[in-house]
Amino acid sequence: MSEITRADVCTLACAEAWRDAGEIMVSPFGSVPALGARLAKSTFSPDLVLTDGEAALVHGVSTLAAKPTELTREAYVPYKAIFAVVWSGRRHIMMMASQVDRFGNQNISAIGPHDHPKAQLVGVRGAPGNSVNHPTSYWVPNHSTTTFVESVDVVCGVGNDRAAQAGPGATRFHDLRRVVSNLGVFDFATLDGSMRVVSAHPGVGIDEIIAATGFSLGGLDEAGVTPEPDDAQMALIEQLDPRGARLKEIPA
Amino acid sequence: MANKQTTLAAMTAEMQSGMTIGIGGWGSRRKPMALVRAILNSDVEDLTVVAYGGPDVGLLVKSGKVKKVICGFVTLDSIPLDPLWRAARQAGAVELMEVDEGLFYLGLQAAAWRVPFLVARAGLGSAVLDNAPEIRTIENPYGDGPFADPADGGATLVAMPALRLDIAAVHVNIADTAGNAMVLGPDPFFDELFLGAAQRRFVTAEKVVEAGTLSDHGPLERVIIHRLMTDAVAETPGGAHFTTNLPDYGRDEAFQKAYVTAAKEPEAWAAFSQRFLAGDEDSYQQAVQAWRAEQ
Repeated sequence: MSEITRADVCTLACAEAWRDAGEIMVSPFGSVPALGARLAKSTFSPDLVLTDGEAALVHGVSTLAAKPTELTREAYVPYKAIFAVVWSGRRHIMMMASQVDRFGNQNISAIGPHDHPKAQLVGVRGAPGNSVNHPTSYWVPNHSTTTFVESVDVVCGVGNDRAAQAGPGATRFHDLRRVVSNLGVFDFATLDGSMRVVSAHPGVGIDEIIAATGFSLGGLDEAGVTPEPDDAQMALIEQLDPRGARLKEIPA
Repeated sequence: MANKQTTLAAMTAEMQSGMTIGIGGWGSRRKPMALVRAILNSDVEDLTVVAYGGPDVGLLVKSGKVKKVICGFVTLDSIPLDPLWRAARQAGAVELMEVDEGLFYLGLQAAAWRVPFLVARAGLGSAVLDNAPEIRTIENPYGDGPFADPADGGATLVAMPALRLDIAAVHVNIADTAGNAMVLGPDPFFDELFLGAAQRRFVTAEKVVEAGTLSDHGPLERVIIHRLMTDAVAETPGGAHFTTNLPDYGRDEAFQKAYVTAAKEPEAWAAFSQRFLAGDEDSYQQAVQAWRAEQ
C-alpha cells in the first residue's frame, strides 16, 4: 500500500458528499470528484448513477482509465434526458469553480465585467439551473484568494444569499452541500448560510486556510481534520485510478 | 414530392445581414461547419448567432460578421476554451446574451411550439437575469385553485422567451432529397428544436440519398428529423470537420489543436485562415487532406 496523499484525502472528502444519497445521478467535474463518485458507489452508496460523459448511464463501476468501449451501458440519456433528470431533482452535481464566494455563489463564466471581461471562461453552462433544482457541491483544486473571493464576478451557480433574495421559486429545491478544496472541506451549516470550515486536510493549518481565503470563514474554532481513507478505501482508490489521474490534479 | 436538395452556395445566398441564425450540434460536436465556412466567405454582417457554442461561434465571431451571440457556453470539449471567442469577448467586440443551457433549450422549444415563453426555475438568483434583463420573470398563476402546490404558492419563476430564428442549420449523417434526416451519432442534441424554431430550415449531410430510402442506411428510429421540419438539404462530405460526427468520423483532435494554436497568434492565424478558410468547401477539404499527409 502506498502512502496516503492529499489527493487521496480529497477523493474521500468528495465521496462523502454522496454518502446515503440513494438512487440519484452523480455528475462529478474533475478527476478527484470523478474518482470520489466511484469510491462512493463502490462502498457506501451503491445505487448512485454515473454517465459515460456522452449519452449513456454506465452499469457497475468503471475505472477512470476505462475506454468508452470498455463500459457497460445500461440506459440511453441524451442531453434532453439529462435536463429531465436535472429538473426532477434526482441528481447531485459537483462542479468546479473559477471563483466561489462566502455564500456559495460560483463563477465559471468570466472574470471582470460581463460586457468586457478580463478573462472569458467557458460560460454559465447549466450551473444556474443545476443549483436551484438539485443538490450542488463544488470542487476547487486550487484554493487561494483568487478562487475563494468575497463575491464572484458572474453568479453562475446560485449561493444561499442570492437564492433567498430570489424567493421561494429559487429556494424550494436549492441545496448547497459542500465545497471540497485542496486545503479542506467546507459547508454552509451556519445561521446566515455563509461558508464554514468543516475540516482541514491532514498537514494543513487553519491559518493556511484563512490566508488562502478572501472572506471570513465560520467554524474556525470547531474545525476538525479531514479523515484519511482506510486501507480498504485506499485499495479501491488505487484500483479505480490506476494511472494516477488524481495526482495530476493534486500533486503529492 | 418536392426535391429539397440544393447546394451550400444556395443556402448561403439566403443569408442576409441582421438575421438571427441558429446552429445545431453541441460544443465541438456535429456542427454544420461547411455552412459556417461558407458564411465566413459571404458578405453578410450583423448576425445574431444562437448556439450551444463550439468552433462555429469562434470562427463566426472572429470574422466580424456577428453582432450578438445567444448561448450558455462556448467550448471545444477536449479543449475547454476557444481562443477566438475569448479574444472577441475580452476585446468587447461582441454582445452576449448568456443563458443557462436548460433555458436555451426551453427558448428553442417555445419558439418551436409558437408560445411566447416557457417557465423554469433555472436562472433565478443567477447573473443570467442581471446580464439579460430582457428575460422576464412571472408569478406562479396557480397560487390557489385545484392545481395549487402550496410549496410554490408565492413563487416567482423565469419566463424564458421564445428564441425565434430566421434560419437554422444542422448537420447529420444521412439525409434524403425529401428533407428527412438520420442522426446516427450518440446524441441528437437539440437539432430538431433549432429547426422547429426557424423560418428557413437547412440540413447538411455527409450523404444525401433518394427519398424514401433512409431506412436502408440504419434504424428508422434514427430518422429524428422529418420533412415537415426542413426546407433544404445539401450534401457536404466532411461537413462537420473538425468537430465530431460519429459514426462517420470522430473529432479531428490534431486539427482542432492546430486551430487553437493558430488562433492564439495573429500571424499564425493569418496563415491558418489563408491556407484553410480562404476558398470554398472543396478547397478546405483538400487543404485538410494535404495537411494530414504532412503530419
